[in-house]
Amino acid sequence: MEYSMIPEIGHFALILALGVSIIQGALPLIGAQQGRREWLVLARPATQISFVLLAISFAILAWCFYVNDFSVLYVAEHSNSQLPTVYRLGAVWGGHEGSLLLWIFLLTGWAFAVAQLSKTLDEFMVARVLGVLGLVATGLLLFVLATSNPFERLLPAAQDGRSLNPLLQDPGLVFHPPMLYMGYVGFSVAFAFAIASLLSGKLDAAWARWSRPWTTTAWIFLTLGIALGSWWAYYELGWGGWWFWDPVENASFMPWLIGTALLHSLAVTEKRGGFKNWTVLLAIIAFSMSLLGTFLVRSGVLTSVHAFATDPRRGIFILILLSLVVGSSLFLYALRAPKSTLGGAFSLMSRETLMLLGNVFLVVAAGSVLLGTLYPLLIDALNLGKISVGPPYFNAVFVPIMVPALFLLAIGPWANWKSTNLNALLKRLWLAAVVAVVAAILIPRMMGEFTILTALGFLLSFWIIASGVLQIIRQFKAGKPTRSFIGMQLGHIGIAVFVIGVTMVGAYQEEKDVRMAPGDIVSVGGYQIRLLEVRPAQGPNYQATRGTFELGRHGKAEEVLYPEKRNYDSSTMPMTEAAINAGLTRDIYISLGEPLEGNAWAVRVYYKPFVDWIWGGCLLMALGGLFAVLDKRYRLRLKK
Amino acid sequence: MKAKFVIPLILFIVLVGFLAVGLNRDPREVPSPLINKPAPAFKVSQLADPSTSFSPEDLKGQVWVLNVWASWCVACREEHPMLVEMSKSQVAPLIGLDYKDKRADAMEMLARQGNPYNLSAFDNDGRVGINYGVYGVPETYVIDKAGIIRFKQIGPITKEVLEKSMYPIIAQLKKE
Repeated sequence: MEYSMIPEIGHFALILALGVSIIQGALPLIGAQQGRREWLVLARPATQISFVLLAISFAILAWCFYVNDFSVLYVAEHSNSQLPTVYRLGAVWGGHEGSLLLWIFLLTGWAFAVAQLSKTLDEFMVARVLGVLGLVATGLLLFVLATSNPFERLLPAAQDGRSLNPLLQDPGLVFHPPMLYMGYVGFSVAFAFAIASLLSGKLDAAWARWSRPWTTTAWIFLTLGIALGSWWAYYELGWGGWWFWDPVENASFMPWLIGTALLHSLAVTEKRGGFKNWTVLLAIIAFSMSLLGTFLVRSGVLTSVHAFATDPRRGIFILILLSLVVGSSLFLYALRAPKSTLGGAFSLMSRETLMLLGNVFLVVAAGSVLLGTLYPLLIDALNLGKISVGPPYFNAVFVPIMVPALFLLAIGPWANWKSTNLNALLKRLWLAAVVAVVAAILIPRMMGEFTILTALGFLLSFWIIASGVLQIIRQFKAGKPTRSFIGMQLGHIGIAVFVIGVTMVGAYQEEKDVRMAPGDIVSVGGYQIRLLEVRPAQGPNYQATRGTFELGRHGKAEEVLYPEKRNYDSSTMPMTEAAINAGLTRDIYISLGEPLEGNAWAVRVYYKPFVDWIWGGCLLMALGGLFAVLDKRYRLRLKK
Repeated sequence: MKAKFVIPLILFIVLVGFLAVGLNRDPREVPSPLINKPAPAFKVSQLADPSTSFSPEDLKGQVWVLNVWASWCVACREEHPMLVEMSKSQVAPLIGLDYKDKRADAMEMLARQGNPYNLSAFDNDGRVGINYGVYGVPETYVIDKAGIIRFKQIGPITKEVLEKSMYPIIAQLKKE
């Protein structure tokens, strides 16, 4: 039987990339240390070549999936000839080896972007930044080549592949990993800038100015990636949840919290030269969290619905990589940070103080998530037993920490740098406070039930929105707002929208679990849902049972919904495809369960008020980030 | 002033220490809460002869071993040689609990692979397994003369488990 040699080319490209990355990592860094220009200038071309090699390797893996080459073990494990083409491509990152290749591909991509967009940056700095990125790539390439080669062969080739887990055969899930990794991996740039400035001994505002757009862009992707994952879980898993504090979810949320703190800290460092050490430390921690997350998901130390198939060798390797990268960074920090100069002084009542407080709350929140995620591991390692930590802990600890942060959010933008007058602040904000209190009292009454927690949710979100609106009004009176300003408003209002969504759904959702036969009606949230019929249906690689439900109000039918229960050819587990009627102010969610006696079915219906505001808020935040990145001051520099 | 900059590094080293230890642990392995508690009572039919039954009561006064297995369980095949060895050594009665299985498939597997058990009880719907806290197959219990569970092995029995854990415990329980 003839086997194509193309997978071998992909493998070879990785080996070449390893060689280039070693050069990219070692020579420019040594060159910068010793002042050797010939070595400094190797940084950019090496970065460009690395990227091209990884692009080739990744394209080849995608090609193997596209042509159904089951002589490649990874393809045989995650794909199938019956799998629709778009999911065959999504399957490229459906498992450990392929997703890791995606990780490195995106890493070289970010490095390439930095190489191309840094023409006006000091060449010593460029060399160091690209050098650090090269070292990280080296570590990961070693990991892939030694323990996780996606091009490993299966000889003789399988007749057909095992196929992709049906849960992953979904558009949301196809985009979720690339978005997430763009974010995770993107924090490596801020990390590289931080290390470069520690190495050079020049910890100044210029470094912060360079880091900001890169960090913001990575943060945008991470926000979108997490939102996608959450939205997917909501519509795919069939029981309407959108966040479970699962270790792998937490692994993506912690970098997000630190990244948000970093974004704000960079602003202070750039504008006032303050918080330099703190910002550098955050940049190191953010990327460390990304690496830690990668470790947690692939090493088997934690149980999770997400965890990849594990192999102890891989766990050990990533742990060593993690230790080397983060350990050496923190060691460098301990050495160099004390030498940095202080930034501009500021008084107790100032924007700096408020932003520092906000940072502290975000970091403490991230710490609490880390503690909860690792606690089972810590207890087991100390031989104190086996426990699991879930939503009760996280909700009880995380929410109270975020409350003061949200409160300060509305005040920060009104405070002046260096020193601000408390009375002046109160004068600005009294109207917003009134709006917030009114909302906190009225809205729960309108929705039907008043509790302290829901009132608090509306108090905070309307406090933020009202403050934002007042800021916008004031800004328009003063002249055209900068994109940076718009970005800030969108970002902050986005959080408020998110909180409204969470509060509404948490407090006022309705769920009914009923037995329905054709003709039966169930009411929920003011709507009537009538089951018309249930019949079999056929998909490209699955058999399904499809229900037809009529959604109506006040006797008038509005929509027809078709929830399904699918049995994929490749899996014994039935999949629930819920039917959702989405709206600006509510989702109606129908999930078809098991067949019951008498031609009836178990049906679960949900009324979820304002649930789409959860992801709408995330979109607003990401949009805010985009405006911030597109601010004119960055454009001017690129044009040069 | 300088000391505080080392704190992040120290915290990280502690964290790595825990992660390194964690790599050697299995987070999915849940120790049995039934150790030193009475073996839950049950009465089910025997695999070979549906008209006869088995209950842990029948073995009161003896030290015995209960092995949970099934014809569909791949890992059970791994431990089968160990069970045969244990049965040949005659240290204790070996009772099988055929878990969530079809009688025909189970009998066929015993015929094909050899039957190391004194007898097998047939736990068709898994109720006995639930009471014993079975969450995976195979699992094995050592039960003492008073009917108390004294040892549980999660996963296949290896030579090491047999020689370092089970034989010594059985010998000790017999002296009691």
